[in-house]
Amino acid sequence: MKKVSKSPWLLHYDASSCNGCDIEVLDCLTPRYDIERFGIINTGDPFQADILLITGGVNSQTESVVQQLYSQMPDPKVVIAVGICACTGGVFKECYNIKGGIDTVIPVDVYVPGCAARPEAIIDGVLEGLKVLDEKQAEMEKQKGGKRNG
Amino acid sequence: MIKLFFVLAYLILSPLIGGLLDGADRILSARMQRRKGPGILQPFYDLRKLFSKEMIAVNNVQLLLNLSYLVILVIAGSMLFAGEDLLMVLFILSTADMFLIMSASSDSSPYANMGASREMLQMMAYEPMTLLIAVGFYLTTGSFHVSDIIAADHSAIIWMPGLLVGFLFTSAIKFRKSPFDLSTSHHAHQEMVKGITTEMSGITLAIMNIAEYYEMVLLYGIFFLFFVNSTWWSWIIALIACAVIFFLEVLWDNVSARVKWKTLLYSCWSVTLVAGGVNILILMLDK
Amino acid sequence: MSMIPFLIGFPVLLAAILFLIRKEDLRGYMVYAGAGVIMLITVIFIMQWIFDGSETWMLYPSTELPDHLIAAGDIFLMGLILYMSLKYKRPLPAILSIVQTVLMLYVESTAKIAEGPHIMVDWFTILMCIIIAFIGGFICIYTVGYMKGYHNNHTDVRDRQPFFFAMLFLFLGAMFGLVFSQSLIWMYFFWEVTSVISFLMIGYTKTEEAINNSFNALWMNLLGGLGFAVAIAWMCLVNGTAQLQDVLTAGSEIPLICLALAGLTKSAQLPFSTWLLGAMVAPTPSSALLHSATMVKAGVYLLLRISPALEGNTTGMIVSSIGGFTFIAASMMAIAQNDGKKVLAFSTISNLGLIVGCAGIGVEETVWAAIFLVIFHSVSKSMLFQSVGAAENTLHSRDIEDMHGLIIRVPKLAYIMGIGIAGMYLAPFGMLISKWVALKAFVDSGNFILVLFIAYGSATTMFYWTKWLAKLLCYHIPRDTVKDVTLKDEYVSMFFHAAVMLLLCLFLPLVASWLVNPIVQELFGNATSVLSMSVLTTMAIMLVSIFIVPVVMFFISRSSHRDLVPIYMNGINKGDNRYFVNSFGEDEHLYLSNWYLRFEFGRRHLRIPSIILAAAVLIVGFCIVIGGAI
Repeated sequence: MKKVSKSPWLLHYDASSCNGCDIEVLDCLTPRYDIERFGIINTGDPFQADILLITGGVNSQTESVVQQLYSQMPDPKVVIAVGICACTGGVFKECYNIKGGIDTVIPVDVYVPGCAARPEAIIDGVLEGLKVLDEKQAEMEKQKGGKRNG
Repeated sequence: MIKLFFVLAYLILSPLIGGLLDGADRILSARMQRRKGPGILQPFYDLRKLFSKEMIAVNNVQLLLNLSYLVILVIAGSMLFAGEDLLMVLFILSTADMFLIMSASSDSSPYANMGASREMLQMMAYEPMTLLIAVGFYLTTGSFHVSDIIAADHSAIIWMPGLLVGFLFTSAIKFRKSPFDLSTSHHAHQEMVKGITTEMSGITLAIMNIAEYYEMVLLYGIFFLFFVNSTWWSWIIALIACAVIFFLEVLWDNVSARVKWKTLLYSCWSVTLVAGGVNILILMLDK
Repeated sequence: MSMIPFLIGFPVLLAAILFLIRKEDLRGYMVYAGAGVIMLITVIFIMQWIFDGSETWMLYPSTELPDHLIAAGDIFLMGLILYMSLKYKRPLPAILSIVQTVLMLYVESTAKIAEGPHIMVDWFTILMCIIIAFIGGFICIYTVGYMKGYHNNHTDVRDRQPFFFAMLFLFLGAMFGLVFSQSLIWMYFFWEVTSVISFLMIGYTKTEEAINNSFNALWMNLLGGLGFAVAIAWMCLVNGTAQLQDVLTAGSEIPLICLALAGLTKSAQLPFSTWLLGAMVAPTPSSALLHSATMVKAGVYLLLRISPALEGNTTGMIVSSIGGFTFIAASMMAIAQNDGKKVLAFSTISNLGLIVGCAGIGVEETVWAAIFLVIFHSVSKSMLFQSVGAAENTLHSRDIEDMHGLIIRVPKLAYIMGIGIAGMYLAPFGMLISKWVALKAFVDSGNFILVLFIAYGSATTMFYWTKWLAKLLCYHIPRDTVKDVTLKDEYVSMFFHAAVMLLLCLFLPLVASWLVNPIVQELFGNATSVLSMSVLTTMAIMLVSIFIVPVVMFFISRSSHRDLVPIYMNGINKGDNRYFVNSFGEDEHLYLSNWYLRFEFGRRHLRIPSIILAAAVLIVGFCIVIGGAI
């Protein structure tokens, strides 16, 4: 059984966040929270990432970027929306340039609310995402096997 | 027969040893930063994951070029462990690196291209030192052949301490350790995404990592040569020395910041000239 | 035996005929036929020589008529140089030419010169014949196609093709004469002929730059010619002989260093390297010819001939230090060049530096390495020049930056260029094996400075070739489609070179034992195999494995189609990898450039100091040698 959740690499993208959530995401890397103990690496490269972690709501400028980054990640992959803006658009929801939460552009697997989301919540969300990741991998393998048999 | 044994051991054990060293490196680094860090098997989890990922690529040749990098690197390593010519090993090592550069620049990506350019520069920086090391071994033991070098009466380190210092300095480039991890870094973030590996994903990246493990073992093999001689206990000393060198590289990685390319080139060339060149000069005059 | 005059005379005759033919088709057929005949006769000649026992032939001991002809030829050349110098008001070449010709005529008429063979055939001559006939011949064939494209591109240049072809063949004739000659007086004549022809070819376009550069080449080569003349005068007046072989045993260093000066100028070593860089203004075939098969190889040939006498003396030390220094200085300057031909020119100078360095050490190992370098350098440099020329006609530029993604745009040229570049520096190709042997020999001879030069020089060499190769292999959707206008004639020649390169690498052990070892044995009189056979075989096997990789890659990349995604450009890739969105929301072109490190390795910074340094070494060397003799 190949478990992708043993080594999830993470791509962090700021769609239009006020940087509050971003600071908290980076906080997770510090010695205090140390997410590397789960094997998580904050990579900057979609080609090598398994988790797309997005803060902030999607606006008209970042929409295409989010889509492109998502398309450049190899399967299996999960998307985690961190912070209330990323979940629903938050207080900016009615702004003229804001489309809304991340799920208006790409499918989101885990929502981590909060303004700003606490590091504990983020880690919790990421670990929740890992379960989804494993499920997706199992499904992918089943499909592959199905193709081979059929 | 014993040669075959060594080559087979190199072929089979290198990814294991390399992976474990990488894991140990990550734990050591974490402890130096007062973190817990991942388990020692983490590099193997990473590899396993990379092999299971979907195959996406930016072009059709990158995987093959990476494979060539691996194959040629393994040839170089096997030659070293078979006791062949050290100079040839070093030449082939740089040829292998060439394929990595080709692979990175084949995709026309801005970050990978910058990484490739820096990799070329790094090659230019460490190349003189590696050649001088081969010359140093030739001068001390009278042969370029590894099998002759390990059968010498005295360890080469007695005659070539300067070369060891120089090699310690420049091998940080090959280990991709700070301050010389310009082209790509083992650490997550870099000012240009992942540099030379930016466009590599899944299996392509896994091959690259495995190749790095082979290279790591090869380089420790060269460090090993500095200490080993015909006595059996020198092998133990050499192993301990390699462990110390490993620790020093990790330490250096954690206490220094990445430098600019000019600093890299000039410092490597000066160290080569001063530590390596003077050492060679003394050896030549002594002859 | 009558074939030797034929090999020298036939190209000259052909040159005369080509000069008169104005019809393009007919000229093309003539060139093909002529090159074919030259190659055929060379093969027959070599067969004959080998079946004759492959021993050194010493021929034509007494020659009354040719001697007079050659004296007349010397005077004719002087006249030509005088005319050209007066026409363009350049006094220096005229003075040099008058001094050396008068010196030669004076010596020939007064000194008692012992009779001796004028022509010699040995393994080294045979090797040079193969290089001249085949590489030179195929360059001529390439020229047929190239010149059509050239004049389509450069409409401002007057079409003087008959003249150009005549010069090409004349050059081949002169080179044959040069390598067959054993008499220094004969050799000197052919030496001068090559100087003058290269001068005429460089000035082909008759632009101001071309004329300046051609005169630059002329005076430098005439300076070397003067050195040659002084060497002959010394040999005739002091030793009473004008044989090349006797220079080795003459015991005096003065003729040696004078001949070395001649060799250094011809092979474009520092401080004389500017003429070869200036020669780039001429159409590409002349560069290919000057750089690979002929001109510079003449200089190296002479140095290698006298190299057994250079071991351990001042002349040898000067030659080897200038060679080693040129190796590193030229390779550093090559880094800062983005013009393909300039890079090739610097790399020629740099590689010749290594050969000259080897020749200056003058022991079996180094000469062995040097001869290998000569072989590989000829093939791959000729191939590279031809492919850059063809790329220039196709892309209308010879800038390396414009060759981005050549493998997609003009795959055939990219593969040829790639093989050429790989042959120049990659392990375990031929160039590298010589570097290896040279390094070992430098260590053995205790030459610390040369060891450093080779260690640093090979690093810089690697840098400029790698970045070029990487540029070629970018799989990039081309900005504009280009039509490959390379003609069949050009491809015939380039494919021949590529095949030769691959075969040379493949049969490296055989080349070593059949060709290079005998040459070393002849020059030094004893045979020690420099590299053991097993090493060479290993290399050949290695090589196959390295060749297989790109070949497999070529086929697999055609057949397999994986999901291709756009490259990473921070999510603002427009989708086809060519444009990204800038901060104004507009499309911006992606442009990737190589590193040239102009401020560190630029010619502006390095050229003058290196010329001064090399000139100083040369002058000091002359002072020591002359002082020692007096």
